[in-house]
Amino acid sequence: MKQYIERLWNGLVKENPVLVLMLGMCPALAVSTQAANGIGMGLSTLAVLVLSNFVISCLRKVIPDQVRLPAYIVIVASLVTVTELLIEAYLPSLYETLGIYIPLIVVNCIILGRAEAYANKHTPLLSIMDGIGMGLGFTAALTIAGAIRELLGAGSVFGFRLLPESFGMTIFIQPPGAFLVFALIIAIMNAIGIKTRQRKLVESGCDGNCALCSAVCETRDTDPAAEAEQKGGAEA
Amino acid sequence: MNNTSLILIIVGTALVNNVVLNQFLGICSFLGVSKQMKASISLGGAVIFVITIASAVASLLYDYILKPLGMDFMKTIIFILVIAALVQIVEMFLKKKSPAVYKALGIYLPLITTNCAVLGVALTNVQDGYNFIQCVTSGFGTAIGYTIAIVLLAGIRSRINEKDLPGPLRGAPIVMIAAALMSIAFMGFGSLVL
Repeated sequence: MKQYIERLWNGLVKENPVLVLMLGMCPALAVSTQAANGIGMGLSTLAVLVLSNFVISCLRKVIPDQVRLPAYIVIVASLVTVTELLIEAYLPSLYETLGIYIPLIVVNCIILGRAEAYANKHTPLLSIMDGIGMGLGFTAALTIAGAIRELLGAGSVFGFRLLPESFGMTIFIQPPGAFLVFALIIAIMNAIGIKTRQRKLVESGCDGNCALCSAVCETRDTDPAAEAEQKGGAEA
Repeated sequence: MNNTSLILIIVGTALVNNVVLNQFLGICSFLGVSKQMKASISLGGAVIFVITIASAVASLLYDYILKPLGMDFMKTIIFILVIAALVQIVEMFLKKKSPAVYKALGIYLPLITTNCAVLGVALTNVQDGYNFIQCVTSGFGTAIGYTIAIVLLAGIRSRINEKDLPGPLRGAPIVMIAAALMSIAFMGFGSLVL
């Protein structure tokens, strides 16, 4: 039981996908214009993440190791299509606001990252809990950023007016505001000593296979040129 | 369908709706690779190459296979598989036919599979109902916009690296603040009348 709760805590705080691991930044920056959008996007991703973790964990002994990444992509893409159709049918207004970012959940690095780093090594139940934890962490980060942007940009949170309408600094709901708010959140976390742990993810997660990981990682940051040269040298 | 509308598509996708600074696609590589100028230019070249080809193939697939068969809803799955396969094929082709280009692009070619800008452009083109030539143009324009943004950021970062920054701002935060300022500058293009 304890390890299931540990998974939740891990995803929500210790390895928060957006704020600590810096994965899935694209949707995080794009849809956090309002707190409600953050929740909508967060929960859609959570649904896909939980299901994909479950399916991949169930099939982990069936999928051959060499073709696992294409197999994961097909599984995730199918689940995303199902989610997209469900949102279109039952939550048309959310579908309108999130737009292109719903199908783009396929290329959200959190999902493939968790499949590689966790689901293909653990039991289905634990993988589901990991998905829920990571999904909630993503939702929390998006909602917090969305609330800050909505408060500063429009003077309200979840549509409730907290500040007079004349207060709104529209720049915060426009694209530059997304970069600014996330920069400040990460700077505050740095200041109070929560270190972002990109390196650790690489060690435990992606086995150095940078080709199929879109995480902003140290390995890839520092030596792509050197690596390319090595590769070229080895072939020559 | 004339030449002016194609120029408008290029200006619109490259500057007004810049893929990185306005649409937030491809942020991961934008923040990750922009540390070095040389790497950014190589990645930009690879992205222009792949996005242009991918939007052409996606457009043909959608118009001649998915739409006639009424399989609209399959577009996400088909596109991501096609892009992944395409990147592989392009890589093998370049390796064989023009090793110089292959070497220049290096590991950036396979990295592009997971760049959400590629899938994003393919899906937006289809949503906007573009024809084949418009799709290729918009893909090309988007990739140019991506290259402009990443090369500019790499230039800014090479200056930032020499400065003494307050501790908490070092690393990701200062890069994102720089991106925010660039994004404000690019908002200026929004007042171009298109």
